[in-house]
Amino acid sequence: MELLHALVIDPIGAIADNPEFLLEVVIGGLLTGVMYSLVALGFVLIYKASGIFNFAQGVMVLFAALCFVGQLQLGMPLVMALLSTVAIMIALAFVIERVVLRPLVNQEPIILFMATIGITFFLTGLGQLVWGGDVKTLDIGLPKDPLIIGGVLVNEFDLTAAAVAGLLVAGLALFFQKTSIGRALRAVADDHQAALSVGIPLKTIWVIVWSVAGIVGLVAGIMWGTNLGVQFSLALVALKALPVLILGGFTSIPGAIVGGLIVGAGEKVAEVFWGPAFGGAIEDWFAYVLALVFLLFRPQGLFGERIIERV
Amino acid sequence: MAVLAGTDGAARPDAGGALLSVNNIEVIYDHVILVLKGVSLAVPEGRIVALLGANGAGKTTTLKAISNLLRAERGEVTKGAILYRGERVERLSPNDLVRRGVIQVMEGRHCFAHLTVEENLLTGAFTRRGGAEIRRDLDLVYRYFPRLEQRRKSLAGYISGGEQQMVAIGRALMARPRMILLDEPSMGLAPQIVEEIFEIVRRLNRAEGVSFLLAEQNTNIALGYADYGYILENGRVVLDGDAASLRANEDVKEFYLGLSASGRKSYREVKHYKRRKRWLA
Repeated sequence: MELLHALVIDPIGAIADNPEFLLEVVIGGLLTGVMYSLVALGFVLIYKASGIFNFAQGVMVLFAALCFVGQLQLGMPLVMALLSTVAIMIALAFVIERVVLRPLVNQEPIILFMATIGITFFLTGLGQLVWGGDVKTLDIGLPKDPLIIGGVLVNEFDLTAAAVAGLLVAGLALFFQKTSIGRALRAVADDHQAALSVGIPLKTIWVIVWSVAGIVGLVAGIMWGTNLGVQFSLALVALKALPVLILGGFTSIPGAIVGGLIVGAGEKVAEVFWGPAFGGAIEDWFAYVLALVFLLFRPQGLFGERIIERV
Repeated sequence: MAVLAGTDGAARPDAGGALLSVNNIEVIYDHVILVLKGVSLAVPEGRIVALLGANGAGKTTTLKAISNLLRAERGEVTKGAILYRGERVERLSPNDLVRRGVIQVMEGRHCFAHLTVEENLLTGAFTRRGGAEIRRDLDLVYRYFPRLEQRRKSLAGYISGGEQQMVAIGRALMARPRMILLDEPSMGLAPQIVEEIFEIVRRLNRAEGVSFLLAEQNTNIALGYADYGYILENGRVVLDGDAASLRANEDVKEFYLGLSASGRKSYREVKHYKRRKRWLA
């Protein structure tokens, strides 16, 4: 009876009492969710085009942010630092293709996955060696003031992050749907061999896809770095991207976005209204439980590609 | 055993002047498995040449050796030479070959299932620049395959097998090839559709001047459309000749066309060809 109270009656009562507060919590959660989506997006890109689950995506986010903030601290102008970090991420993609992917072509996915774990350790070490292990604050002048829109309190920074993520996704969608390279990327994702047979060079495609994932990582890194400071725990944000991917489907860009929004809003609402029933801090594991439920009932995720099978 | 009369009188294409010539190649998979043991053949410009033989004879491997899709399967040409317009091409990547005009249409169609029919066709033009020309070629492909125009917005994974084969051929055409390596176009298709596809191959050959090297198990239909044929067995060419003489050959009739003067024979009596000859060994 007491449990029933804690799980159902109290939370529902609290929501009914103050619906505006619920709205505020949901909006706050959605905006955090956008940040999860940014990280998840990098995973989806690489998984789609090469079938590799890139364990290093979290570290790529960190590494990009480190390079960016490190160069800013050296006194480089903002735009220069941004461009040079993009160049570094593209160079990294070239190196990874040459040193890791090319020698392992045609190997089992699990072997490639292990290789990305190697990349993770390498990048962590390299980042530490070059930029040091201390926490760096990143402030590129993004607005951070609270804002009241229609009686609901939102953070300006969150809104900016949402806008940036929106632009990024729109850009990627255009790139994938409308350009010849984007079409080639989708073709490679469907059938490597057939892509080779029509003259699509896989090596180039891999470099492109890892570059794009690196740039998406940079955007995510700037956003998360502004929020939390650039530090090594940033790589762990990637762990939050996993439930997002399971929810949204590993192969779907819209899925990564919607998955992130659901996880973000879900965990905030759960924490605020159901947290007391569990003694608090359920925000940390709520997403994983949600992912587990999805794995049981809809393993391909909300937007995962249905496997087309003709009989 | 009857003396094979396949090659006499047949104007065997002159290997030197051919568009494509394969000279005594050996292919090894994974460094150990010897699949082709000295295959030679030639495709003259503007012809349709058929590569015939049973399962596992080496037809697909021969095509993949030419298009160099072998390397992605850890196969390698270890001996011999492949010449396309006089140039050695064994070391070129599939991308280079497509740019030079050689493209393979793989066995089993291999359409991009999650792309629409039109997107599939456009991927064939990946190596090309110039939107207007590509657009024109797309219209050309739709003229040859009107069915594809009706289905241009459908996902290729959901269209029929015959339509998928058309997509695969159309996609190759979008690369503006001079030579198409066509692997088993009849696979899994109804006889009527097979006929339709071969008719289109013939029209492409005559009107667009595309040369074909065509691997087929269906000897009957392949010899109906090809100018010249090679029969492979166990990784070797055992017989070659122009299509008419192959069709008239008693052994071909018996083993590949299922016809025999003395009625059906017991399977026990079926002998395999010994290696008859090597051209350049």
